[in-house]
Amino acid sequence: MFPELIDTRPWRRAIDDGLNWVVRNWGDEFEAAAYPLLMLLKFIEDTLIATPFWLIMILLVGIAWLATRRWQLPLIVFLSLVFLGVMDLWEDAMTTMALMIAATLTAIVVSIPVGVWMSRSARVRQVITPILDLMQTLPSFVYLIPTVMIFGPGKIPALIATIVYAAPPLVRLSDLGLRSVDPAVMEASRAFGTTPSQRLFGVQIPLALPTILAGINQTTMMALSMVVIASMIGAGGLGYQVLQGIGRLEVSRGLFAGLGIVALAIIFDRITQSFGKQLQARIGLAEAR
Amino acid sequence: MHDMNQDTGLAIRMRGVTKIFGNDPQGALALLRSGKSKAEVQAQTNHVVGLDNVSLDIARGQIFVVMGLSGSGKSTLIRHVNRLIDPTDGEIVVEGNDVLKMSLPELRTYRRSTVAMVFQKFGLLPHRSVIDNVAYGLEVRGVPKAERMEKAAKWIETVGLSGYEQSQPRQLSGGQQQRVGLARALALDTDIILMDEAFSALDPLIRSGMQDQLVELQKSLGKTILFITHDFDEALKIADRIAVLKDGAVQQEGKPEDIVLKPANEHIEEFVREVNKARAIHVRTIMERGEFEACEFQVPANARCEDVLPYFAEHQWVGVTNDKGVQIGRVTAKRVIGALARYTPGVGES
Repeated sequence: MFPELIDTRPWRRAIDDGLNWVVRNWGDEFEAAAYPLLMLLKFIEDTLIATPFWLIMILLVGIAWLATRRWQLPLIVFLSLVFLGVMDLWEDAMTTMALMIAATLTAIVVSIPVGVWMSRSARVRQVITPILDLMQTLPSFVYLIPTVMIFGPGKIPALIATIVYAAPPLVRLSDLGLRSVDPAVMEASRAFGTTPSQRLFGVQIPLALPTILAGINQTTMMALSMVVIASMIGAGGLGYQVLQGIGRLEVSRGLFAGLGIVALAIIFDRITQSFGKQLQARIGLAEAR
Repeated sequence: MHDMNQDTGLAIRMRGVTKIFGNDPQGALALLRSGKSKAEVQAQTNHVVGLDNVSLDIARGQIFVVMGLSGSGKSTLIRHVNRLIDPTDGEIVVEGNDVLKMSLPELRTYRRSTVAMVFQKFGLLPHRSVIDNVAYGLEVRGVPKAERMEKAAKWIETVGLSGYEQSQPRQLSGGQQQRVGLARALALDTDIILMDEAFSALDPLIRSGMQDQLVELQKSLGKTILFITHDFDEALKIADRIAVLKDGAVQQEGKPEDIVLKPANEHIEEFVREVNKARAIHVRTIMERGEFEACEFQVPANARCEDVLPYFAEHQWVGVTNDKGVQIGRVTAKRVIGALARYTPGVGES
């Protein structure tokens, strides 16, 4: 046994009391602060559910076509969507999709500026990298429970947990992409008297975009992998079906809902990847190096 | 900036420019000033001396070539002119303006309007078409779109890339890409163009063509060009004046012929040995001026030694004429041989 060097019970009590104090005194403020997030999620979810299924199918198949200009991916997307419809999972799939899209959009808004900041300073990178490691490896329940205590069960803690889990890869890849832009191109741009923001938006971000898009792809995938856990605290959607399947020992329900999550993952993974490839080809990064 | 304006006829004036790379350049600078060599400073402090007390006067309308091997500090030197690198010590005055006293916005304006640069690795923006690359500097300067596209199209034509306007840089060969780089610099119509090993990445034949084109452009536009190269032949071909750089210090500065005929030290002598002197030396520098009987073979004074060599099969000497075709002197086979022979101090000097 490891010898008991110090009594850690007061620490634990302090943390628990501290959280309780926050919940009691600041709960409303936190909820108000997260309200825009909830509005965003609600808006996306309502829009997706209100949109007729055929229009969503046309849109996603069309986007798949734009991303690849071939028939294979649109066909895969079409079949995946048909599967969701046939299995009576359409509305749940839209709820899950809304959660994923809301989390991804928020992650983009937060992560890219952080990535830019990291790419410019080694010190910032030293501080933020361990935080990202923490966000990715800390079991989600550890921060899920305090979030539920503060916001109450529902969509907000689910969304926040999803963002916390899904944002790190985008931050990392934005930082990596921005830093690996050819220094010769950056120097040339500097020699023409560009301002830092002209360099950032005119050179660095366009050239880092394929890498940033790979980060967005990762974020969507990680957001989807959070849906079952998110459904435990009231996010609903496909994850909730899986949860019910487990609870009622209905293997079929869990299996089909699980496959529905896979179908969504395939759709978004392949589409974002294809856009990344298209972008990379347009910039011709491989040859320009 | 107006009050510092002092017209000296010089495009670029550098005085005692020293650059030391490392965490404590001032400490290493004191060591260097106390008489330690570059190698000693590096061994003692782990600081690299990039430039050591470089002073250069570059007159307007010249092609001034800085030549040196890799690691001689030539790329560091050229980056001081538009302050991509800040010196540790010294003074840099360009067109009468003290570059080191400029604030950041002033420096940006200076880079946009006074100095353009061409890079060894081209530095083209891979996500923009050729014409958008050429118009880039003008875009940064804030020139309206129609005007900058028109100018860019004109310069693309001048460098011989008509028809490639909408191509992506990666679709072009190295020589074509560097033409884009050149057009991008020329489109800015700055008084000074900095060229950092601009032709070093190109094939020999294409390089030779680009050199000819550069000399022609310079004649018609009258720009001041600071050109960096490691290739002595290239330097001799295009330069009005050459400075040879070694270990960050200027070894010799002068007209190409002066360097070929009177290399200042062994290091330069080594370069000179490898070079085609017959091409480097102009007849006018070795001719005997004065009245001589008219010769049936005549060459203009700015001909090169290699141009007169065939005549010596027929005759002992060749007449030299000025631009009006009047004979102003002669050049003998003996003189040419003396100039082409390996330089030995004390022998053949008159």
